[in-house]
Amino acid sequence: MEFIKQNININFVGKIWYALTLSWTLILLGIVCLVVKGGPHYSIDFKGGTLFQVRFVQQASSGDIRQVIKDMGIEAGSVQNFGDEGQKEYLINIESMVEDLEQFSEKVKAALEAKFGKDSFEIRRTEAVGPKVGKDLRQKALLAVALSCIGMLIYIWFRFEFRFGLGAILGLIHDVLITMGALSLTNTPIDLSVIAALLTIVGYSVNDTIIVCDRIRENMPKMTRKPLREVINISVNQTLSRTILTVSTVFMATLALYIFGGGVIHDFAFTMLVGTITGTYSSIFVACPVVIFWEKFFGNKTAGARR
Amino acid sequence: MQSMKWRSLLYAAIIAVAVVYLLPTFVKMPAGLAPYLPKDKISLGLDLQGGMHLALEVETDKALENNLDRYATDLEELLYNEKVPFDSIKRVSGTAIEAKITEADAREKVRQILQKSFPMLKEQKLDETKDGATFTLQIDALEAKQLKKTATEQALETIRNRIDQFGVAEPTIQLQGADQIVIQLPGIKDPKRAIELIGKTALLEFKLVAEGGSVEDALKGDIPADCELLYQKEINAKGETKRTPFLLKKKTLLTGDRLVNAQVQIDSRFNEPYVSMEFDARGAKIFERITEKNIKKRLAIILDNNVYSAPVIQDRIAGGHAQITGRFGMEEARDLAIVLRAGSLPAPVKILEKRAVGPSLGLDSIKQGITAMIIGSVAVILFMLFYYRLLGMVADFAMLLNILLLLATLAAFGATLTVPGLAGIVLTIGMAVDANVLIHERMREEKRLGKTLKACIDTGYSRAFMTILDTHITTIISAIFLFQFGTGPVKGFAITLIIGLVANVFTAFAVTRVIIDFLMSKKAITTLSI
Repeated sequence: MEFIKQNININFVGKIWYALTLSWTLILLGIVCLVVKGGPHYSIDFKGGTLFQVRFVQQASSGDIRQVIKDMGIEAGSVQNFGDEGQKEYLINIESMVEDLEQFSEKVKAALEAKFGKDSFEIRRTEAVGPKVGKDLRQKALLAVALSCIGMLIYIWFRFEFRFGLGAILGLIHDVLITMGALSLTNTPIDLSVIAALLTIVGYSVNDTIIVCDRIRENMPKMTRKPLREVINISVNQTLSRTILTVSTVFMATLALYIFGGGVIHDFAFTMLVGTITGTYSSIFVACPVVIFWEKFFGNKTAGARR
Repeated sequence: MQSMKWRSLLYAAIIAVAVVYLLPTFVKMPAGLAPYLPKDKISLGLDLQGGMHLALEVETDKALENNLDRYATDLEELLYNEKVPFDSIKRVSGTAIEAKITEADAREKVRQILQKSFPMLKEQKLDETKDGATFTLQIDALEAKQLKKTATEQALETIRNRIDQFGVAEPTIQLQGADQIVIQLPGIKDPKRAIELIGKTALLEFKLVAEGGSVEDALKGDIPADCELLYQKEINAKGETKRTPFLLKKKTLLTGDRLVNAQVQIDSRFNEPYVSMEFDARGAKIFERITEKNIKKRLAIILDNNVYSAPVIQDRIAGGHAQITGRFGMEEARDLAIVLRAGSLPAPVKILEKRAVGPSLGLDSIKQGITAMIIGSVAVILFMLFYYRLLGMVADFAMLLNILLLLATLAAFGATLTVPGLAGIVLTIGMAVDANVLIHERMREEKRLGKTLKACIDTGYSRAFMTILDTHITTIISAIFLFQFGTGPVKGFAITLIIGLVANVFTAFAVTRVIIDFLMSKKAITTLSI
């Protein structure tokens, strides 16, 4: 069977300006959201702090837990419901830069015991990250994202042409910006697994761009008399069927993770869901226009190279 | 057709090897076969089986200070032996010692001593006064670096010893950067106790109680120059802490470095555990001399600046045995014996990062991860069947094979499966079908151009191959950087992704091709009904 009919000819290139407007709107929305909220919402992985995942035997109200934290004299703390068992499991986040992490965990445990009773809860996970490690991880994450972009730019440059590489990189920057905006909008904390998801998006986005670019490159010698925008349009239409199918399967698999994967993987899956959509969109509406604009400004040189 | 036979055989062999490697993970080995089969199971990350991850920083500046303190004491002794009159020799900063001599003429002699016995101390400044001279001695930068490095390595070794004696299955303990130690303890039930055991400096010292000195005066702040005030902390049955002050001579007579053994024993009178210690030959001699010289005086046993006990020396003690008593619980005594046996840390350690996952959460994560995996793959499998029919079935087979190879490789290399790693598998499922989608869509296009079945398949595969290679290599590039940067769980994700992608080139491309060729030769496919 076929979803996409064989003679499909959608004028993607003609819609560049709409696409640009949409992209910029989303990016600006994300940036405004980031600015209003005072930067990205990092988890304790990147700014240091302590996290407890506590499961109560009986239902407990988040207000009570918040009060316990407040009574300890801790201002910057958040209490979130976790999982889908009603009001039983909570994530307690404390943005504390205490020196002695171990003693601090014990103090929080004792305070909870005083309020709810000794065996009324189980601390299922504790994570304590010192400010130094947080800073270190943040730098490493940025470095990893930057290096993998550069690595892929070099590979695509080597395999294709520089302008395709540039298109792919701008495409993925576009995806990362929009995803960051979505994370900020939904208050999703950026932790190590979200960074892993971002890097996967980076890979996926480039992946998608390559498939379209590959077709453009294949079509160029066959269609020397057609203008570049038309070659690109034909190529996008030719690969459209594959694009839609792959997005659907990856999306389905990620959706299964999002719904059934459990709390630990939830934010990762959300990031991937957003990234899958923008990654596909950007290979058509960001990477291709970059190739066209490049031709416009540096046209003489590349036109020669085409033959 | 000859080549098809060989290809099928080769691929079947690869699959068989994969199955063999996966056996230990899923079934119990029959005893007779076990020696001939691989033993490694897929190891689960801390987030799946529960356990603790710790990053410690060795406070190497402190280690350097300790070393300088020791140099100062040694220099003091040497000057005393050489009869150089001096006022004081002490450490004045993290890297410098100040030596005040009271006879300016002796400075050349001091220089000779320094050059001969302390080449690592460089004379930085010499202040001459009318009744003497003051040397400022700076430790050589290279030497300082070396000392810090040694301290970190020693700390690593000591911690490894302690953990080995504590008894944790498959711990990982390694250096990270210049002064950090990363520890992973899978399946540990009592993280608090483990941290206490690992983090304790465990510096055991013997010092004399300053007889005749007034504890009351000392509490008011009037402490004689050669003395110090330390406390004995005792927790009684009600959980209250009692602190008893002790005025002690500053000089350390003996340290735990000279211990060869430490054991838990049970006191026969009070039925309470205590720790008995045994010194090496030199330590035993020192201990004998101390006890001989100080009969009827009190000798304090101090661990990490806590006075444990201060018994009166009744008689000269030969043989090098001593004991630490206190109100220990059995566990506490056992842990104390472990740290004493393993030796003290050359410098205190600070916890930089701690992640502890309880076993129940790990189980939940496995359950949810596997549910998500099954639902995700069933959805993708049905979709492919529905869309591509027979070819979809071939692609589905390739995808399942990919998961099999991925798991087998994890088991064979002893790689770790983590929660993000499970996500990596789900993602691989999504990407695995992409390769086949590319091939099938290409074949469809070729069919529209009116080519024969064989030509469609040939061109479909050859055209799609370069594209598949490009997409896989770029994704592997980003996964490699992820692996480089990531800690535990994220590394697990990168690993599954890399293995999954490599396996995918084989399963989605090579294996499906052989199956399709086979189906074609048996005339099972006559038209491209996709």
